[in-house]
Amino acid sequence: MNTAKFSLIMAAIGVVITLIAHAVGVDYLYFASYTILQFIVLATAWNILGGYCGYVNFGSAAFFALGAYSSVFIHKMFPLPLPLLIVIGAVVSGVVGLGMGYLTLRLRGSFFAIATLALAVVLQTLVVNWDFVGGSRGAYIIRPEYLEIGSFKIPYIEYLFILMLALAIIALVTARTIERSQLGFGFATIRDDELAAEACGVPTLKLKLIATTLSGAFMGMAGAPFPYYIGYLQPQSAFGLEYAVNSIAMPMIGGTTSWIGPLVGAILLGTAQQYATVTISSAVNLLIVGLMLVGFVIIAPNGIVGLVQERLRRKRS
Amino acid sequence: MSALLHVDNITKRFGGFVALDGVTLEVMPGERLGLIGPNGSGKSTLVNCICGTLQNEVGSVRFNNQTMDGLAANERTHRGLARSFQLPRPFHSMSLADNLRIPLLYTVHARSGPLRSAGDLDDRCNELLTMVGLAAKAHQMPRDLTQVEMRKLELARAVAAEPKLLIADESMAGLSHSEVDDILALLLKLNERGITIILIEHIMSAVMKFSQRIAVLVSGKKIADGKPDDVVRNPEVVRAYLGE
Repeated sequence: MNTAKFSLIMAAIGVVITLIAHAVGVDYLYFASYTILQFIVLATAWNILGGYCGYVNFGSAAFFALGAYSSVFIHKMFPLPLPLLIVIGAVVSGVVGLGMGYLTLRLRGSFFAIATLALAVVLQTLVVNWDFVGGSRGAYIIRPEYLEIGSFKIPYIEYLFILMLALAIIALVTARTIERSQLGFGFATIRDDELAAEACGVPTLKLKLIATTLSGAFMGMAGAPFPYYIGYLQPQSAFGLEYAVNSIAMPMIGGTTSWIGPLVGAILLGTAQQYATVTISSAVNLLIVGLMLVGFVIIAPNGIVGLVQERLRRKRS
Repeated sequence: MSALLHVDNITKRFGGFVALDGVTLEVMPGERLGLIGPNGSGKSTLVNCICGTLQNEVGSVRFNNQTMDGLAANERTHRGLARSFQLPRPFHSMSLADNLRIPLLYTVHARSGPLRSAGDLDDRCNELLTMVGLAAKAHQMPRDLTQVEMRKLELARAVAAEPKLLIADESMAGLSHSEVDDILALLLKLNERGITIILIEHIMSAVMKFSQRIAVLVSGKKIADGKPDDVVRNPEVVRAYLGE
């Protein structure tokens, strides 16, 4: 299936989901689905660098928070429509991703992972000490009750949900397109063997910079609407461990070599977490992630998609 | 006729250890050069400096009348230098056909304009796999290959970049006699097609059969360079291999 056809199908699925959600009309559904969609974007973004190129990024929360805090900053300076804030969030996080790439991509394996973790700590320290965006006290953004454009009026949470759904679709279409393109082949050679990739003519440094920029930009996009969703943004929540851990765990559980993996992982883990939040407690979320990650590393080290692919391969041969 | 590859006085140090000490080497277009030397003599370091995996501190590398100094490995591949690795380094998550697709996409495609279609790419992959006798396994993964097949894949991938000069780094190590002959025949076929080849090898019978000229490295220095029969009789070379 070519990209145009796939995009159309995804857009159609998006419209159907929106209509069903609108027909149900329960606010909680929007809140819960928003979080899962946000994790689809984050997991897909992480996978562009971590899954396709094999560079594990522990600093997802930093890029997410950058998107969120650029929204807070702009909101305080000159309020702009949310779609524009998303674009700004993407640019800010993309540029930081590019910078991080330049500084750290000569590191490999666990050294790279530690450097990304350090980036998150540095940025969090900066934000905590930056009064204009609320510092350690946090910042309030009063979410409007409704979005009104002329006579068109929908609840703001529904608007946020639709935006995040659109972002998830854009992220998935982008990831799938990359995977099937020359770029995707290049990324896979970096994951498999960088030295051999260079010898085959693959410009590995350039490709890695493209990956860090794209990955950062999508994480920033996911973070930009977050202050409007949560209403009160503080560094501990924006830089929360759950973002860094989930962005890694979801693709790992779903499978890192295909765009479907992060989608499956985010839906599975995100739903389990939402269920646990309602029935047990939100504190149990990270425990669920940890247990599932341990379970999957043992049962399906290549994730659910890897498990299915292996079964199909065996059946064929 | 000017040399295709001109390595001029290159020196490479790792900390206090001098791996290459003022090595100068010329390779003419279409030539088959054997590069020999005991373990640790600097052969692979020389290859790495020529191909851009390592950057030499002193001296320069000229290839096809262009200076290669400061260029990354991928840029040198674009200019027509290709290598196979001593230990095969296939892209293990890709099928054999996809392994060959990489240099086609990133080097041939970029150098001489787009290959006409996806069909052209498939045909070319198939042609290369047929050349090394692996066409039947095009859709298998590298982990399904035997050692000799892995070496052939490694060579096919280097050739896929359509190089002017191919450096085969110990392509025959650990193979049986008949397998060595297989690889040798393949290298001779490639040379007939106009590819200049540097063969780095320990198996002397293969080096003698293959090479028009032999260069010898010992402790980072070139101690001999000439016709194969003269070089193996050179007292310094005998001393380096057999001791005093």
